[in-house]
Amino acid sequence: MKELLIIAIGSALVNNVVLSQFLGICPFLGVSKKIETAAGMGGAVIFVITIASFITSLIYRFILMPTGFEYLQTIVFILVIAALVQFVEMFLKKTMPPLYNALGVYLPLITTNCAVLGVALTNVQKEYTILKGVVNGFATALGFTIAIVIMAGVREKIEYNDISESFQGTPIVLLTAALMSIAFFGFSGII
Amino acid sequence: MNSCTERLYNGLIKENPTFVMMLGMCPTLAVTTSAINGIGMGLSTTVVLVLSNMLISMLRKVIPDSVRMPAFIVIVASFVTMVQFLLQGFVPSLYDSLGIYIPLIVVNCIILGRAESYASKNPVLPSIFDGIGMGLGFTFGLTCIAIVRELIGSGKIFGIQIMPSFYEPVTIFILAPGAFLVLAFLVAARSKIMKKMAAKGKEVPKAQRCAEGGCASCGGCEGKVFPTGQEKE
Repeated sequence: MKELLIIAIGSALVNNVVLSQFLGICPFLGVSKKIETAAGMGGAVIFVITIASFITSLIYRFILMPTGFEYLQTIVFILVIAALVQFVEMFLKKTMPPLYNALGVYLPLITTNCAVLGVALTNVQKEYTILKGVVNGFATALGFTIAIVIMAGVREKIEYNDISESFQGTPIVLLTAALMSIAFFGFSGII
Repeated sequence: MNSCTERLYNGLIKENPTFVMMLGMCPTLAVTTSAINGIGMGLSTTVVLVLSNMLISMLRKVIPDSVRMPAFIVIVASFVTMVQFLLQGFVPSLYDSLGIYIPLIVVNCIILGRAESYASKNPVLPSIFDGIGMGLGFTFGLTCIAIVRELIGSGKIFGIQIMPSFYEPVTIFILAPGAFLVLAFLVAARSKIMKKMAAKGKEVPKAQRCAEGGCASCGGCEGKVFPTGQEKE
């Protein structure tokens, strides 16, 4: 239990997926203009990464490892993730329309989000068990959500500020990200 | 042969993936902590890009249009796996420092982007040169950013001490926040230059979706990798 907690805090705060590992920068910059959309994106990412890390761990442990095809992990994972996202989208559309309406727009954006593949590969690299892998996936996605929601909050305020012309748009967002990243360094003492 | 040199120029300068198109930002931020890492990542990506462009261009009449994205991804992922093994075998130190970012070359926007927009529509030879040009352009971009970060962050370039001994290295530049800082100033400089060019009435190259907000996703163009038969609706 303690070990799981350490993994969770480590992936969500200390090694934040966006601010210290630079995975999923695209949605982080692109979908962080409003808090609601950022939260929606975060929800979709949590949903997909948790499922994806469970399925990829299963595949790695019960198909690739016994047959000795570990080296095919990259190919298998990317295809599984791509198929999974589309399957999840269709499944939600048919069975849970309210949830689909909330998350549906964001699901296709996640297909090749580097964070999803990144988590699957980290789970293998650190030799996590299936449970640890799922916890790691959930925590990583939670870290993504925390970062993107904070960023959206800051950006809503930035709107009203007077920024020099060259720094409008992406540069000021990146500067904000740099400051947030420094702030997240403060968490490194926790573990 | 003329079209080949044109592709090289296009990749290195006119549509430079890092400075002009702002593609592949994840590896750009992550691995540019030292010049060696920047070059290593750039060249690995170049190798994958050239080989995948070549194969995709060869197979462009064989692959049915509806399953082209999964086919491209399988081709790219196979080459990435090969490059990963070669790095592990021959330059283990680089393999260790690039770590998880080597398999993540698969989702680099540049590679699937070139496959989709160039290699799948053009003959083999220009596609190869397109890959070389884009790859070297990416390597150049990564190395420039990495040199700046390494110089400020540790006073060295390629591990050789450059700054005088009284220089106190600003370590934060080789840590995560430094990447965001350097990129922020880079994008600001870029937008300043673009504004000047626009004022002079020159044609302004547009950044791709990644940096400019409306990002669909890194790579998969509409986000739909597998055809579901519903796209036409």
